Amino acid sequence: MSANQDGTNLLEVRGLTKIFGTLTACDHIDLDIARGEIHALLGENGAGKSTLVKMLFGSLEPNSGEIFWSGQAVRISSPGVAKKLGIGMVFQHFSLFEALTAAENIALSLDDGSPISSIAAKARALSFSYGLPLDPESLVGDLSVGERQRIEIIRCLLQTPQLIILDEPTSVLTPQEADKLFETLERLRSEGKSILYISHRLEEVKRICDRATVLRHGKVVGHCNPREETASSLARMMVGNEVQAVVRAPVEGIATAQPLLEIRNLSRKPATPFSIPLKGINLNVRAGEVIGIAGVAGNGQGEFFESVSGEVLQQDAASVRIRGKDAGGLTITGRRLLGAAFVPEERLGHGAAPRMKLSENLLLSRHATDGKAFVGTGGMVKSAAIYAASQRIIEAMDVRKSAPDPEAAALSGGNLQKFIVGRELDRQPDVMVVNQPTWGVDAGAAAHIRQALIELSRSGSAVLVISQDLDELFEISDAIAVMHNGELSKPLPIAEATFEKVGLLMGGAEPGHAEHTLETA
Amino acid sequence: MMRLELVKRPQRSALFSALSPFIAFALTIIAGAVLFALLGVNPLTAFRIYFIEPISQVWQLHELAIKAAPLILIAVGLSVCYKANIWNIGAEGQFILGGIVGSIIPVLFPQFEGPLVLPLMLLLGMVGGAAYAAIPALLKTRFGTNEILTSLMLVYVAQLFLDWLVRGPWRDPQGHGFPQTIQFNDSAVLPELMPDAGRANWGFVFALVAAVLVWILMSRMLKGFEVRVLGSSPRAGRFAGFGLNRMVFFAFLLSGALAGLAGISEVSGAIGQLQPVISPGYGFTAIIVAFLGRLNPLGIVAAGLVLALTYLGGEAVQSALGISDKVARVFQGMLLFFVLGCDTLIHYRIRLVGLALTKPEAAAKLEAAPKLKEAR
Repeated sequence: MSANQDGTNLLEVRGLTKIFGTLTACDHIDLDIARGEIHALLGENGAGKSTLVKMLFGSLEPNSGEIFWSGQAVRISSPGVAKKLGIGMVFQHFSLFEALTAAENIALSLDDGSPISSIAAKARALSFSYGLPLDPESLVGDLSVGERQRIEIIRCLLQTPQLIILDEPTSVLTPQEADKLFETLERLRSEGKSILYISHRLEEVKRICDRATVLRHGKVVGHCNPREETASSLARMMVGNEVQAVVRAPVEGIATAQPLLEIRNLSRKPATPFSIPLKGINLNVRAGEVIGIAGVAGNGQGEFFESVSGEVLQQDAASVRIRGKDAGGLTITGRRLLGAAFVPEERLGHGAAPRMKLSENLLLSRHATDGKAFVGTGGMVKSAAIYAASQRIIEAMDVRKSAPDPEAAALSGGNLQKFIVGRELDRQPDVMVVNQPTWGVDAGAAAHIRQALIELSRSGSAVLVISQDLDELFEISDAIAVMHNGELSKPLPIAEATFEKVGLLMGGAEPGHAEHTLETA
Repeated sequence: MMRLELVKRPQRSALFSALSPFIAFALTIIAGAVLFALLGVNPLTAFRIYFIEPISQVWQLHELAIKAAPLILIAVGLSVCYKANIWNIGAEGQFILGGIVGSIIPVLFPQFEGPLVLPLMLLLGMVGGAAYAAIPALLKTRFGTNEILTSLMLVYVAQLFLDWLVRGPWRDPQGHGFPQTIQFNDSAVLPELMPDAGRANWGFVFALVAAVLVWILMSRMLKGFEVRVLGSSPRAGRFAGFGLNRMVFFAFLLSGALAGLAGISEVSGAIGQLQPVISPGYGFTAIIVAFLGRLNPLGIVAAGLVLALTYLGGEAVQSALGISDKVARVFQGMLLFFVLGCDTLIHYRIRLVGLALTKPEAAAKLEAAPKLKEAR
């Protein structure tokens, strides 16, 4: 490759297009990345960011368009070709073997036959010089998510790439871990390396990126200097219109309100060697309030949700109480009959059956609670009734769809999530437990869902929201508790909660606020 | 240079969902023609003997119904299992056990006669088939064993158990040493529907009733919804509060009972006694019937008739042309093979694409694309 240092961009993309069936995921994308810059790729979920970088990294082949590397046209047919050119990538979802050490995982991706010990030495040297503390001998299963990401970054750096692509790197990090990552990125930039930084978090893009390309519905809608923009002007570019702010009315008399959901000393042994045990969790959610549970992914939130929902039963019946009744020994159906409703994190395959119609998916969570309305004598399903009810929900939640009663998998993620949340809200449940209510949902739909959750609580229900999105929790919660390594902190009243305090708790710091309770709020 | 490319359809194609069995049937005919030609037989003659002559007279249609009845009964039960993503491969064994347990009354209590005998036999047949199917269900729910292996292996146990019974304790003492039980008395024989026209018995009616009932169960009832949810997305099923273990038992017991009913109907209707072999592989052929019928009970009725014809045709070409009746198995196998292949068309479109565009071509395409848009 000729050393083209005469001002040509490191990477130029012209008219790159990728079509899946009837969906044009990327539509004539143009993108320039200069040497030594951190370039942000902004866009909502589903805007085409991941498809674009997969084409740059050779995991997908474009239908049309050209890619120039240092001014020369190239065809990136596989990740191997991308690596040879000097493109490295750190994926959002790590591909690491938990039962192997960090060094062994790195060796697997290098496939050059060098001994583990020399790889470990190189990795240690790199981790030292870039301020990414990591012990190459440690087992991946024992490492935190932040540490696992460092393995991926070091693995990428070992191949001395010119361009590093980072896909949503901070989505799994605490604020403090993210700060460390930014230092590393700035250092890489100072060495003349280029970084393509994918995110939908506007503040961090404004903070570290030199230029930004904004995608919407598969098209480039603008190039800009994020430092000269405001968060709201960037959001407007991403979303296309102004997003309505969520309104959270103050709650009164919450101190005397009835706790509708009580968790008492809830513990659970790990189900698999790599799942998180729950350790003595206590929490009360009262009528009229929204409690948020923050935490880095993989700290026991999934295990906690399964235990509260009744997908997994407890030995101690009093460890979960719904409306004053012991529910620990009840199945999810029994808990629903007590007045609880649940929305799991995964939409397709957990909250909804992908290949079934929306009306059938309504029956999924409500066949028992609305037995009289939806199921007739002898177990015959009243299809007219479930159809009418599903249309009611579709209208109330503004679910956009292409057919009157489409399969769940035919909806976009955000619209399906609106339906799944709406399915439970339609019951006016006394207790609502939601895991990741707006994960992967566009901003407009997210605001709609958040507002609906607040209104449910203000009408006298207890709402518990588990989320990794701190902005969201600060927007809707009356108090925030933090889950770390299977333990839950005391809830911080929202008036006292700051990003810093919550961030420290997410990183595992001891709660410094000790005995604050909601009564003082 | 051209190549074939499969392009995923945005939604499953209803058209090809219905057409796929017919395309598969056509492909089977073509492959069958090649097969007959290689055997040195004129394919047209062979097809006439194989597919047309066995159903050209009324009494032959009765024979078709006799062959189709067990296939439909078993396949209807299997369709519930397969919809629930539970793989019962052992219907042949459940069929045999249904035949054995249902025969307890006529073999051990031949003096017991009257209108109660037949209903009791049918009931016992269903209990026998269901109980035998409960074994793999229990092993799966208790120990997590793979039901494909256990249900299949139990087929051989059932076959050898029947063989031992008719050669040993249940052998007809006046049977000149032939390995078979006594002939059932009249009240233990399943009556023929229209004795003047042909031999078809009530087994065919059972098959049709079962198909309709299971169709209602699967498409109209909460239980059928439970089956489909657990089969397509087990985690969503757990979220709905449906128990997977209960479903394993439900599906195995239902399909076992229907296979058992088919078994005792065959023994008391078409055969009239127990013999070392009471099934020409109905339990396995029914797997093909279930898939050819799209796991839909009404489709299974049609598929059962088609597969029954392959049995009759196999016998016909053997007697008329001297070709091994194993050719029936070959036809059944090809049919399943092509059905599974054609099912790809439900989820994918086939597209012919040129290989590796040269650069000017690619550039031309790029220029053309925006123009096309304007034209629209």
